[in-house]
Amino acid sequence: MSLLNVKVTAVEQITEQVKQFTFELEDGGKLPYFSGGSHVVVAMDIDGRIHRNAYSLMGPTSDNERYTIAVRKQEQSRGGSVFMHEQVKPGTRLQITPPTNLFAINKLAKKHILVAGGIGITPFMSQISDLNRLGYPYELHYAYRSADQAAFRDQLEKLCGDKVHFYVDDEGRRMNFTELLIQQPLGSHIYVCGPNTMVNSLVLMAKQMGWPDNAVHSEKFLAPATGEPFVVSLSLSETEVMVPGEMSMLEALEEAGIDAPYLCRGGACGRCELEVVDCDGELIHHDVYLSDAEKISANKIMPCVSRANCSRMVVNL
Amino acid sequence: MNMAFKQETLRDDYTFSNSPESVRRFPFPFDEDEYMYSVNIEPHDAGPPGSVFEHAIDIDEHYLTECEERRIVLEDDHGRYVALPHMMDAQWDMVELVMTNLAKDYPESFQLTQDGDNWHWVNQPLGIDQKFVFGDTSTLPMEPFEFISRQVQGDWVIMDQRDEDLFADLGIVTGQADWSMAFDAGMSFKEWHAPVPHAPEMGIFDRALKYLLHLQYGSPVRRTNWRMCVNPRLDTSSEKWHLWGPDNVSVTAENVAEKVYLRVELQALFRLPRSNAIAFSIRTYMVSLEDLAKYPRWIKRLYRVLTSLHPDLAEYKGLNSYLPYVLNWLKPQDDGEVLPKGTQPE
Repeated sequence: MSLLNVKVTAVEQITEQVKQFTFELEDGGKLPYFSGGSHVVVAMDIDGRIHRNAYSLMGPTSDNERYTIAVRKQEQSRGGSVFMHEQVKPGTRLQITPPTNLFAINKLAKKHILVAGGIGITPFMSQISDLNRLGYPYELHYAYRSADQAAFRDQLEKLCGDKVHFYVDDEGRRMNFTELLIQQPLGSHIYVCGPNTMVNSLVLMAKQMGWPDNAVHSEKFLAPATGEPFVVSLSLSETEVMVPGEMSMLEALEEAGIDAPYLCRGGACGRCELEVVDCDGELIHHDVYLSDAEKISANKIMPCVSRANCSRMVVNL
Repeated sequence: MNMAFKQETLRDDYTFSNSPESVRRFPFPFDEDEYMYSVNIEPHDAGPPGSVFEHAIDIDEHYLTECEERRIVLEDDHGRYVALPHMMDAQWDMVELVMTNLAKDYPESFQLTQDGDNWHWVNQPLGIDQKFVFGDTSTLPMEPFEFISRQVQGDWVIMDQRDEDLFADLGIVTGQADWSMAFDAGMSFKEWHAPVPHAPEMGIFDRALKYLLHLQYGSPVRRTNWRMCVNPRLDTSSEKWHLWGPDNVSVTAENVAEKVYLRVELQALFRLPRSNAIAFSIRTYMVSLEDLAKYPRWIKRLYRVLTSLHPDLAEYKGLNSYLPYVLNWLKPQDDGEVLPKGTQPE
C-alpha cells in the first residue's frame, strides 16, 4: 500500500479529552482530495513497534493542502490515542494511508439523517461539507455527555445552521430514536457513528421499524481485543508467527514483515479476511463483517480485531 | 515509442494499420496455452518504457484516429454518452485524472496549468486550448466528462459505489465489443456482467466485486480481456450490429490473415477521490493475424488457446462463423514447441 509522508502542522486542544491534529505533506505538495466520510490510517512508531489507528478526515473536502483529524484520548487505550495526545507535536512526522471511504453518503437518498455520539461526530464533519456543497437535504443529530465535551459545536452551528440538533446527556436531553426515525420521508438514509450501544440500538430500531438494510449506515471502529497468545501458521508462505496477548493478529503479521491486506482495521470492511484452514482451539470473532453463520462455521477470520483461544491456527496466506 | 499520430479510419475503407513498434507493444493476453476466466487483476503499476503499461493512461499512434472515430460515433448517436445527475463530482474527478496524467506523461503533446481552481488545458494534437474553472460546468463547452473523454483513447465507465455494489452511472462507450452503454446504464455490477457464460457460477463476479469495493485511491489495478473481430472496427456496438455483424461471414481462407484481428482490452480501474466512484477504462488494441505472426511465440500460443477454448466462450466472443478459417491458417505455424509461461513476444 502506498503511504503518504506527512508532518503535523498544528495541534489544538478541542475539549479536555479531544485534540485536533493538522497534517500537511512533508514535501509541501498537494494531498489527494477525498469524499465525505473518508478515513486515513495513521502509523505510529511506539517504542519501535508500529501501531496503526484509523481516524476520520474532518474536511472540508475542498481542501487538498491539509488534512485534519480529531483524536479522543481513550482511557483503555492500547497506546495509539495516548501516543497521539502525549507525543505528537507540531513538527512530528508521521505516515498515513491515502483516504479510504467506508462511510460514504448514498447520493440517491431523498434525505440524509446523520446521528453522532461524542467523538463519532468526526466523519460527519467532512460529510457535511459535501452535503452542503451538493445541496442535498440533511439533518444532523449530535449527542454528547456534557457541555464541556461539545467538540466542534460552534463550527457545526455555522456549517449546518438550523439543520443541527444537540442533545446534552447531563442536561437530560436525550435523543429519541423512535421519534427521529418515524418522521423521516421514504427514501431517507440514516448514518450513525458513536459508542457501540448507540450504534447498536439505532440500527436495531431502524430494522424493527422496517428500514431497508441499505438505508442504514453505521461506522463503529473497534479496537483490537487483547487475549491469550497463540501461533499463526501461514500455509502459503510457510512461516509461523507468534501473536502476543496484547497485539492483534494483523499487527503480529505486519511485525513479522508479512504484507497482509487491510483497510479499516476495525473489523468492518472485510478486506483483511483470512481463510482459516485449521485451528486447535476456538476462534474469537470481534468483527461486525462476518455473518453469524460464517462466524460459527469457523473457517474465516478478520485478523484486525479477531483472535483465537488456541495454541496454533493455520491460515491461507 | 513512435509518437507521430496517424490519421486513419476505423470504418468503411479501414486504413487503420499498426507500425512495427505498435505490434511489438501489443498487450498479448495469453500467458499459457489454455484460457479460462479468472480474476486476473494485478496492480496497474508502471511497466517498462515503451510498453502499453508504461503510463497510467496509454496514448499511442492511433490517438487522433480514435478521437475522430469517437466524434463520428457521438455525432450519429449521442446515447453512447450517459451521465446520471448524481455523477457530477465523478465527472470532475475524471477531468483531473485524465488531464493530470496526460500532462505528466506526454508533456510534449499536453500541457496543464493549475492556479487554484483556474485551469488551463492545452491539447496540441487536437488543437484545443481551454481555460476553465474547475468545478464550474459553465466554463466548459460541454459537460466536463464529455469534454475530456473526447480527448482520450478507450471507453470509460464510471461506477458509483453504494448499497455494497457498483452501478454504471456515467460512461462514454463508442468502441465496445458487442454491448451497449445505453442498455447497461444504471445497472449493478452483476447485472451488466450477467451475459458472460460460466463466470457467475465460478464465483468470479462475487470475488471481483468484493475486491473492487475495496479498491484504494492511489492503487489502481488492471486486467486484460480479449475477443476477435473482423476488420479493424472499434465500434462493434450492439446498436450497430447490422453494420458489422455480416462481416463475420466475409472471412475466407484467402483473406483470414489480414481481415481477422485479435482484439485486446486493457482494463484499468481507478478509485476517484471526490466522488468515491471507480473509473473503469477499457482501452482496445487490435492486431491482425498477419501482424501477430511476426512473433512465432504469439501465433503458436494463439493457436493452442483457440483449439482448447470452451465452445460457450467461442460463441460468447462471437468467433463461431470464422473460427475454422482462423484455426486452419494458424495450424501449420505451430510446430509444437514447448512455450514457457508469459505474454512476451519473443
